[in-house]
Amino acid sequence: MKLLTLNFLTCARKTCKSTAAAFPLHPKEAELEQVEMELNPLFVKNMLPRLDWEAMKTLATELGLPNLPAETPVAEELANESGEPTQTLRDLHTLLMETAIASGKLVCGNCGHEYAVKEGIANFLLPSHMV
Amino acid sequence: MDWALPRLVTVAKASAWQYSSAADSEPGRNDSVNTNAACPADEMIPTPSTSHVDYNRVYEPAEDSYLLLDTLSASSESNWLRARFPPTSATPSAVEVGCGSGVVLAFIAANAERLLGRPDVTTFGIDVNEFACKATADTVSLAIKEAGPTNQSVFGGSINGDLMTSLRPGSVDILVCNPPYVPTEELPNESNLDEFADRADFGSDEAFDRDSRYLALAYAGGMDGMEVTNRLLDQLPEALSQHGAAYILLCAQNRPDAVKDRIRSWAHGWSAETVGSSGKKAGWEKLSIIRVWRS
Ligand SMILES: C[S@@+](CC[C@H](N)C(=O)[O-])C[C@H]1O[C@@H](n2cnc3c(N)ncnc32)[C@H](O)[C@@H]1O
Ligand SMILES: [Zn+2]
Repeated sequence: MKLLTLNFLTCARKTCKSTAAAFPLHPKEAELEQVEMELNPLFVKNMLPRLDWEAMKTLATELGLPNLPAETPVAEELANESGEPTQTLRDLHTLLMETAIASGKLVCGNCGHEYAVKEGIANFLLPSHMV
Repeated sequence: MDWALPRLVTVAKASAWQYSSAADSEPGRNDSVNTNAACPADEMIPTPSTSHVDYNRVYEPAEDSYLLLDTLSASSESNWLRARFPPTSATPSAVEVGCGSGVVLAFIAANAERLLGRPDVTTFGIDVNEFACKATADTVSLAIKEAGPTNQSVFGGSINGDLMTSLRPGSVDILVCNPPYVPTEELPNESNLDEFADRADFGSDEAFDRDSRYLALAYAGGMDGMEVTNRLLDQLPEALSQHGAAYILLCAQNRPDAVKDRIRSWAHGWSAETVGSSGKKAGWEKLSIIRVWRS
């Protein structure tokens, strides 16, 4: 599961869903995997506006990855005058597209429930008493 | 298994009436086509490969799956989506609930430019069946690779979960779902889903039991075939983004007209239209696809 995906996920319990603490989920004992992908400047640029930047910064810190810039990078920071991709764009590409959680847990900051990730697939099925 | 029978009947009937109309090239796909027939200018886009998938435990692409492909690639639908997600907007997310083999999600990912008029889309698959999750990951990754370098779609991953419960509110732009829609006495597994959670220690007869239950989960829709779909519909207003649209497959027994009326009565202005159908002849197996969106 690419780190990008964590921008779209929250705790599956009804009571947590709309609480601020349930997002982002916090990786625990995460084993990361680097999956090389062709640099995809358009995708990164078009994806930025829909990322929750604070959440992405939290994730980078929690996973021990290099810190992200304090604010969402603007378009000018992604390409230089000659249109070539900048280091910022490359770093974002590496973080969002090429870094994946292979196994570990995703923990809800509201209820503490731990969702297991195995072979890159997160399991969000809840025992019926927890739904 | 008793569900195999109606399905075989459906296939036989569909191909019978298809023979009398213009023959199409793709085996299987033409069983369900008629959205394309309405737009003869549309050329058929190839079906993504799923030959690596084990159909003993994952739903095999069938006429319902193909109807989704044909509906999404019809020029009328593609025009609608292009207007809804213009290239200047942020990368749309496409989520398939009940992704099974991944054939539909792979089709969207590999043909983003054709379907959406832009090369970038971010895709996620969700299924209650862990094997479907793995199958989807393989199918979509393969299709993106084969689409070549101009394609800028990204597969975010598969999620083993119940409908859209794991998704952040407002995060879905394009939702696609071919749900379990066959009317059945009961939903055999819904209350037992937790038996599947966190288990990796099945014995071989248990594994057989589990596989049959996974296949049952793919078709069994409970009362009116609508129990799973109704729960999905209930989740739409929270899960869909402001521009979001959902494509949901229904069969005649689900009573599509009543379903659409109900959606139109939701608060805050919702629309629902039939945008694809197959099996023109009256019969319980007739399938249709409705598009649901905020108007
Ligand atoms: C009719 S099959 C469709 C498979 C594939 N999308 C296709 O079109 O070929 C329905 C799928 O929904 C999945 N499913 C059933 N109930 C579900 C639920 N509550 N949440 C997520 N997926 C579910 C089944 O495991 C199955 O893969
Ligand atoms: Zn929680």
